[in-house]
Amino acid sequence: MFVDTVVEDKALHKPAFLIGLSVTVLAIFFALNLTNTIFGEFLSPVIGNPEESGFFGRLAVSFVLTILFVGNLLLISFARLKIQILIVWIELFFLFLAFAYSFDLEIAYIFQNDFICSTESARAKLCTPSKIGLMISKGLFTTIYISAVSIAIATVIAIVGAVAKLSNNGFAYAISSFYTSLFRGLPLLLQIYLIYMGLPQLGFMIDAIPSGIAALSLCYGAYMTEIFRAGIQSIPKGQWEASRALGFKFGLILRKIILPQSIPIIVPPTGNQFIAMLKDSSLVSVLGIWELMFLAKKLGAKDFNHLEMLLTAAMIYWLLTIILEMIQARIESKYKQKT
Amino acid sequence: MANNIKAQTNSEASPIISLKGVSKWYDDFQALKNIDLEVKLKEKIVICGPSGSGKSTLIRCLNRLEAHQEGEIHITGIELHERMKDIDTVRQDIGMVFQSFNLFPHLTVLENCMAGPNWVRGIDEKEAKERAMALLKQVKIPEQADKYPEQLSGGQQQRVAIARSLCMQPKVMLFDEPTSALDPEMVSEVLDTMVELAKSGMTMICVTHEMGFAKQVADRIIFMDEGEIVEQNSPEEFFNNPQNDRTKAFLDQVLT
Repeated sequence: MFVDTVVEDKALHKPAFLIGLSVTVLAIFFALNLTNTIFGEFLSPVIGNPEESGFFGRLAVSFVLTILFVGNLLLISFARLKIQILIVWIELFFLFLAFAYSFDLEIAYIFQNDFICSTESARAKLCTPSKIGLMISKGLFTTIYISAVSIAIATVIAIVGAVAKLSNNGFAYAISSFYTSLFRGLPLLLQIYLIYMGLPQLGFMIDAIPSGIAALSLCYGAYMTEIFRAGIQSIPKGQWEASRALGFKFGLILRKIILPQSIPIIVPPTGNQFIAMLKDSSLVSVLGIWELMFLAKKLGAKDFNHLEMLLTAAMIYWLLTIILEMIQARIESKYKQKT
Repeated sequence: MANNIKAQTNSEASPIISLKGVSKWYDDFQALKNIDLEVKLKEKIVICGPSGSGKSTLIRCLNRLEAHQEGEIHITGIELHERMKDIDTVRQDIGMVFQSFNLFPHLTVLENCMAGPNWVRGIDEKEAKERAMALLKQVKIPEQADKYPEQLSGGQQQRVAIARSLCMQPKVMLFDEPTSALDPEMVSEVLDTMVELAKSGMTMICVTHEMGFAKQVADRIIFMDEGEIVEQNSPEEFFNNPQNDRTKAFLDQVLT
């Protein structure tokens, strides 16, 4: 993005804005009425018993919170950009933790033994005794396995599909456009059911994991077909002409000239698709595959500690997507240097 | 065929390029009207004319980047037509230089030059590299070999494009307004390269507005307007004694 060279004063450093902001924030806190929460307790030396503090207590709590909030913003506004970003990230993360904390979780539950494991552990040596261990050794592994295989297949489908969609061959175009239309048009969950239950009707017995992989690859292959098509089309016609004039054949032009140049255009949206697919792999839990989501539900359901396991799964998914984002950023910067 | 051509170079040589009654339409618009043209081996042809006159279309028909609908085009002894199987082999023998260079931006200068011989002609990497370096020396930029095209000036890029074509050891070179996209001070370095190429005996067809170059190099100048060849003549006759009114009007504008 182009950042203009003329700098305006920071809004936070203008008194009018600061006052307006403070009043608004005060009003919001007042409306939320946080007197009976942990904040009220903290202020009890000043306002007395929170439940009896009435209007004064409510105003005092809102006022203190407003000071904290606006003061925090003001302090951060003086930091350098990188520090600002870091601080805001950390603060938001702590807010998220506070949100999770408010569920009154039994954190130790995550590390407890699980009966699924302890009964089988004698036979299956791979099994780890704790729930989190099971989530990682079995769930995380299965999730990564399914996603990685699906991503690889989807990429191949996307290249073939994109070329078919750009070709003059009626069959190729019709098949690929029908494919993208169908698989972008149906909910992924429905596709998973259709493949798992539909193919046996045709006489193909298919296991849960292969049908999950098939559904994910076909669905994301359809989206990525469009991305690859746009990437190929974005390369100037002159590149094709120059290659043709040198006597290159179609496959060679695509492989050596066009695709390498479209990588920087394809990578950002494809990274999005990878991240989305990683999370959508949770949908194959409906087939009883022991991936993260399935295990989170199964392990939590037994003792009604749903949220503990769901949050554990959430954190693992989040970590995975952060890793994918970092890989994407690396690839992007690598290709930025080259062209 | 190639031997035949060589033997007859000096006398009434059989043409390396011949067009008979070539016409081309874009939908209803007729871009080329019944073009007849013969080019002998080692001949240098300059095609000029106002924009939209069909000169670029004509030159792009010669390696079938554009398709003609009527008439016949023979080049290096092979007829170009819709159903031909070996267009890629024919194109290997026809070099083309574009107005917008069209270098491969993801490859270095050296790789640009090696791509054709290495990937298409099947020459091994070492020899392709030697040939590429030799030609980069010929166009006077061997020191830029490891840079990427965008690090080069326009004139340098166009000289790389010329070297890239020459690496395929073509029998004919086509130039489609090679200096039109260049800053004025870079035109001469590209023209110098083309003059040297002409001296080396290459068969060349150039679409260009550079009349000085035409005077210096061309065996024949062809003036096109509205899809027709209006006039063709030797440079002296063409500039000093133009026959057609449209030629005169064009020359008045270009030479003043």
